[in-house]
Amino acid sequence: MTTKQYVCIVCPMSCSIELTDDSGVLTVKGNTCKRGEEYAKNEYTDPKRMITTTVGLRGSRLRCLPVISREAVPKKLLRDCMKQLYATVVDAPVRQGDVIVANILGTGVDIIAARSITL
Amino acid sequence: MNTLSYDIAVIGGGPAGLAAAVKARELGMDRILLVERDYELGGILQQCIHDGFGLLRFKKQLSGCQYAQKFIDLVAEGGIDVLCDTMVLELTDDRRIYAVSAQEGLLEIRAQAVILAMGCRERTRPQVSIMGSRPAGVLTAGSVQRYINMEGYLPGKKAVILGSGDIGLIMARRMTLEGIEVEGVYEVMSSLGGLRRNKVQCLDDYGIPLHLSTTVTKIHGNKRVEAVTVALVGSDGKPVRETERVIPCDLLVLSVGLIPENELSRKAGVQLHPVTRGPVVDDTMMTSVPGVFAAGNVVAVFDLVDYVSRSGEIAAQGAADFIRRQSAQENMVDTVAGSNVGFVLPQRVSADCRGKEINLYLRVRKPMKDVRADIMCNGKILKSTHYGVANPPEMIALRLVPDGPLDGPLTVDVR
Repeated sequence: MTTKQYVCIVCPMSCSIELTDDSGVLTVKGNTCKRGEEYAKNEYTDPKRMITTTVGLRGSRLRCLPVISREAVPKKLLRDCMKQLYATVVDAPVRQGDVIVANILGTGVDIIAARSITL
Repeated sequence: MNTLSYDIAVIGGGPAGLAAAVKARELGMDRILLVERDYELGGILQQCIHDGFGLLRFKKQLSGCQYAQKFIDLVAEGGIDVLCDTMVLELTDDRRIYAVSAQEGLLEIRAQAVILAMGCRERTRPQVSIMGSRPAGVLTAGSVQRYINMEGYLPGKKAVILGSGDIGLIMARRMTLEGIEVEGVYEVMSSLGGLRRNKVQCLDDYGIPLHLSTTVTKIHGNKRVEAVTVALVGSDGKPVRETERVIPCDLLVLSVGLIPENELSRKAGVQLHPVTRGPVVDDTMMTSVPGVFAAGNVVAVFDLVDYVSRSGEIAAQGAADFIRRQSAQENMVDTVAGSNVGFVLPQRVSADCRGKEINLYLRVRKPMKDVRADIMCNGKILKSTHYGVANPPEMIALRLVPDGPLDGPLTVDVR
């Protein structure tokens, strides 16, 4: 039986979570919501993280467009995803929710614009 | 000078001001004005590209910009008047606002109710008294955030971060991802300044060390930062000379706290609270000046934007009620920060609040485990809530619906 301690990163409550692996049966304690349970299980089996960064922006007074992944991607692919996003430039105007990179690195996760840019 | 007249004027277009304006429209107020000094709405949320916003309100993990966009869209749909690039210079105690903008020149705005939503400002180098020269390359975490996330500049190559507040932790990760080497985070206190989730996902994920009870004692360099000296801090709070070491770097990032921005409030004669450094407010978010309300980080530094928006909505409701009945609330009782509590917001609540929801926000003074937060009135416990952990950086929000009038001050104890 293995026991692991995690601090949940899903929301600012920062719940202290304890995960127990009893020959493949995972039990989670200390979480306030379902997301915490999911987070701890993911963290134990295949840690995932949201991607939040910027891509280049042309035709606006701002030089960067903030983007976010629709869901968390495997942590081990984070750096490679970032590398691809550094090379991405888009033109204004942009609407919040526009897909900036579809299915990034075959993860099945889209990268979308986090805000609208009108000028 | 142009003179404008409104029912409600909101000063500041960040999360508190946006929520207040949208709510005021929902409540049927016709003439609402939102004044913002930046060229666009959204406030600091626009530079917060990281996620974790809005989980309480939208049950989703949004980035700061996404959270702001939802309200900005509602302001546009509601046809609310917005003046951007407009700086408020003065507010009087009879609710006249003097503002200046490039397009409109000098403006006088008269409002039946004013909502203060100016947010807060970062503490800077002079407020933490670091010795040494004054070179370029000493920036607050929020400035670095704006440079990197909005303006597209990298302000250094190798950074040392002083202070373990949330913005500092977030920027440790952000700078690392953008190719700036983050040598470490130094915190003068013996415990983390920000939320634990941010230490996990911003420092631990990237192998960035956190040095507690350590501070920066000197900045080196003439034109540009060349190095900083750090030292352990003894139990007397003073740096221990023998532990000093010099770290070469070209950027010192300060994440050393936030202060509510109340220059306008002070000039209008609004009473400020010595602990929160924001206006003393009642349960409708009205300040000591009738018809002047306050919401969000200008009142006290909140750690969840959801709470900030909520306070904006309460202020809008308060302002609408004030305009309709043209009088202040009577029969108020004070709230009291009891055992282990640093402050309680609001500082006053209506005594006749039977069946009305009161939102109380508080911070504990020290980290504690397995505690109860008790709301007491005249020796009677009205509500008791259990917490596994209570940390000063993590604000406690309590909801109370009293079943009768309050016959004395409301005290909150945590033990």
